[in-house]
Amino acid sequence: MSLLSETALPSQTPAESLPAHGAPAAQRPGSDHLYLVVVGHVDHGKSTLIGRLLFDTHSVPDGKAERIEAACKAEGMEFEYAFLLDALLEEQAQNITMDTTRVPFHTERRSFTIIDAPGHKEFLKNMITGAASADAAVLLVDAQEGLREQTRRHCFLLSLLGLRQIVVAVNKMDLVGYRPEVFDRIRAELGEFLGRLGVEPANFIPISAKHGEGLLRHSDRMPWYRGPTLLEVLEKFRANPPASGGPLRFSVQDVYRFDARRIIAGPVESGRISVGDPIEFVPGGKRSRVKSIETWPPENPPPRGPIGAGRQVAVTLEDELFVERGQVGAPLTDKPFEARTFTARVFWIHDKPLRSGELIPLKLGTQQAEARILGIQRTLDAVTLESGTGTTGEVKVHEVAEIRMRVRRPIAFDVGGKVPALGRFVLMRGRRIGGGGVIDSVVEEPPEARGVNPVSRSAILGHRGCIVWMTGLSGAGKSTLANALEQRLLNSGILSAVLDGDALRTGLSRNLGFTADDRSENLRRAAELAIHLANAGVVVIAALISPFRVDRAMAAERAKERGVPFAEIFVNAPLAECERRDPKQLYKKAREGMIPQFTGIDSPYEPPLAPDLEIRTDRESVDDSIGKLAELALGLARPSEQTGGGADI
Amino acid sequence: MSHLSDLESHSIYLIREAFHGFEKPAMLWSMGKDSNVLLWLAKKAFCGRMPFPVVHIDTTYEFPEMIEFRNWAKEHYGFDLAVWTNLEARAKGIGYETTDPVTVTHELKTVALQQCLAANKFDALITGIRRDEDSTRAKERYFSPRNAEFEWDYKDQPPEFWNHFTTDSGPGEHVRVQPLLDWTEIDIWRYLEREKVPLPGMYFSRNGQRYRSLGCMPITKPVRSNAKTIADIIEELKITRISERSGRAQDHHERNAMQKLRAKGFM
Repeated sequence: MSLLSETALPSQTPAESLPAHGAPAAQRPGSDHLYLVVVGHVDHGKSTLIGRLLFDTHSVPDGKAERIEAACKAEGMEFEYAFLLDALLEEQAQNITMDTTRVPFHTERRSFTIIDAPGHKEFLKNMITGAASADAAVLLVDAQEGLREQTRRHCFLLSLLGLRQIVVAVNKMDLVGYRPEVFDRIRAELGEFLGRLGVEPANFIPISAKHGEGLLRHSDRMPWYRGPTLLEVLEKFRANPPASGGPLRFSVQDVYRFDARRIIAGPVESGRISVGDPIEFVPGGKRSRVKSIETWPPENPPPRGPIGAGRQVAVTLEDELFVERGQVGAPLTDKPFEARTFTARVFWIHDKPLRSGELIPLKLGTQQAEARILGIQRTLDAVTLESGTGTTGEVKVHEVAEIRMRVRRPIAFDVGGKVPALGRFVLMRGRRIGGGGVIDSVVEEPPEARGVNPVSRSAILGHRGCIVWMTGLSGAGKSTLANALEQRLLNSGILSAVLDGDALRTGLSRNLGFTADDRSENLRRAAELAIHLANAGVVVIAALISPFRVDRAMAAERAKERGVPFAEIFVNAPLAECERRDPKQLYKKAREGMIPQFTGIDSPYEPPLAPDLEIRTDRESVDDSIGKLAELALGLARPSEQTGGGADI
Repeated sequence: MSHLSDLESHSIYLIREAFHGFEKPAMLWSMGKDSNVLLWLAKKAFCGRMPFPVVHIDTTYEFPEMIEFRNWAKEHYGFDLAVWTNLEARAKGIGYETTDPVTVTHELKTVALQQCLAANKFDALITGIRRDEDSTRAKERYFSPRNAEFEWDYKDQPPEFWNHFTTDSGPGEHVRVQPLLDWTEIDIWRYLEREKVPLPGMYFSRNGQRYRSLGCMPITKPVRSNAKTIADIIEELKITRISERSGRAQDHHERNAMQKLRAKGFM
């Protein structure tokens, strides 16, 4: 068939149908853009269908069709609509689409992006990549061949990916003489299969993509079909509405501290967020209210929301909380689960199977955690929907399974499609996504029995580990007190160790500078190290300037999460006194501009608001101070023997 | 305008992922319309900051008006600008006066970019390419790994779904982060209009001609147009079926020029 001899189709030049200054369909109020995936068995005509849709809606740039026609003629072939799509040489050679392709097109009513997903078996990962971001799917079935393996597999994956808007196009009707009984047989068989998956297609439509029948117009050769054309169905599909009606789920993607503001940025996965909203961060349970919504360019008056689902937002909070990537902001009354063990259905697309017992990185929203595959309940055969035995202990490439898994630390998630973005995850095989899954249920579990109980260590040592965190200006006397306290504790038979800022800076943190972020990272490392030592039974005496409240709060919270007693000590001396002492000549250098961002000079120090103990080194003797410190430390390390200086255990 | 806001939101998500996921990301900037949307989105993503350097690969064949815009924008937005030129190639006399445009583009853009990446040890490059620009770009991922030789393995791309991407790279490798992949040319113009993003004047009609896509001076031709405002340009684009890069000679020099350029690391 010659391209140029095509019968004229109704004109669809979009400009004519639009108001002179209006935007086209995609941006008209109440209208929306539809992402559409085309799936089906290899050679059932996906690329031809897409090529034909593009051509018939006048979405092909000038020259492209002519070039392909010339190329086809040169090869002695008839015009191939599929070549409009398959631009890469290798694809034309093999006659299969290799990867996900996205092509925009529009009609009078709306705009679309077609995601072409390949049908070739090895390329399932690309089909998933395409289908996971689609609003609706066209499932193509060759009228001559009927349901094939990939047809069924694709149906299964569409249901797992949560796609509910599906139209079935029975293609190549021209090759079966346009007979209604062929169409009816496929409709019955596929309808039954999809029904078992809980999927109800919007329509079954008989078409011939090659001849443009059933796409934009009805075919004279199929008068027995009285339903809508394919395009009519596509125009009626809904773009997936963002879940603004559901509970707020604000995934923390990052926290920015470019200036005095501490900006928490990330996507609103569902619900909406406004200034003044109470918000709780899960996991962790820290609460505050939204203080501001940050925008650039600045808006006047500043925005107050609501910002709805599907949007990115950047907020500040009324309280200085240590919030980090992976936490999910939620209303106090409707929070996601915070748990470690759950069941899920997974699909696997990596050559190296997923094995029972293996530890594998899991990503869910912006959270990341190591997950242990506890058991593979059963593998499902995506083609027959039969259950496998599940005794192999692994899920091979292109298989689907129900598994039970446990992440190393609690994560926040929703189940049962409540908030889809927080109910699905991927598993990483090296740098690549190895598979994906949907969480079905939470598994309750008894408190975990650990291999070694910290109690057994304290039985040997006669005390337990804890952290005595000294904060204060340079020269306030932290190191002096820390060293004296260490000696006093060692004399009392208590294993203790000083964690000194200078020592950290020359070792563990030698790659860090003194920006707010680097200081924060330095303290994170210090806190982690201190917690490890304390867990091993050591009384850790941290002597660190730690100028920012939020970093100290982070250290305290981390310790608390891991069951390590923690006390904050404010080693206080006025700046003038510290500068007079200047034991390391640092103030002198800072004043001369040789040390930028020096705490107290050109970088702020935020004194503790409620320290467990405050030592005024300009007013009291070292002996007096050590007496108080030792009492507090002993109280933490041997809680049964004495009650200590107000530390929260 | 929800479609534009959807595109904007997703792009900002991708830019933030790039900043979070990599040690040393950088943003490529050509001063062109897409590049300026990219800058704008980055400013939005970081509430007015630009927390990574902006790189301009200067072929030395830039339009003077674009260089003027470059200098103005650097001050206006306030970012670290890194300009890189393949000086060795220029010293060897490689240029449009002596050499075919595909070779020149490869030397002055791709090789220059390789040099810049090696010198700065960038591990991610945020670029403004769009799927609808060229059919080979239609198959790109948002996060697209490039090996140490800069090659794009388009036959075996990593899966990418549910907003999870490849966010690390091996030694010498880097990842192209492509936040504008889903945008079309007309989306870009509508967004530029909605947000009032500053643009070089060459996109607008003077004496019945304007530039639709801007590249090197000797190989970039204007199109006939009377579009003096963004609204005019949008009207014009609704009617035209001539491809966007038709004024860019290096794409047409030989069959599959674009595919060859891209497999070798071209943007």
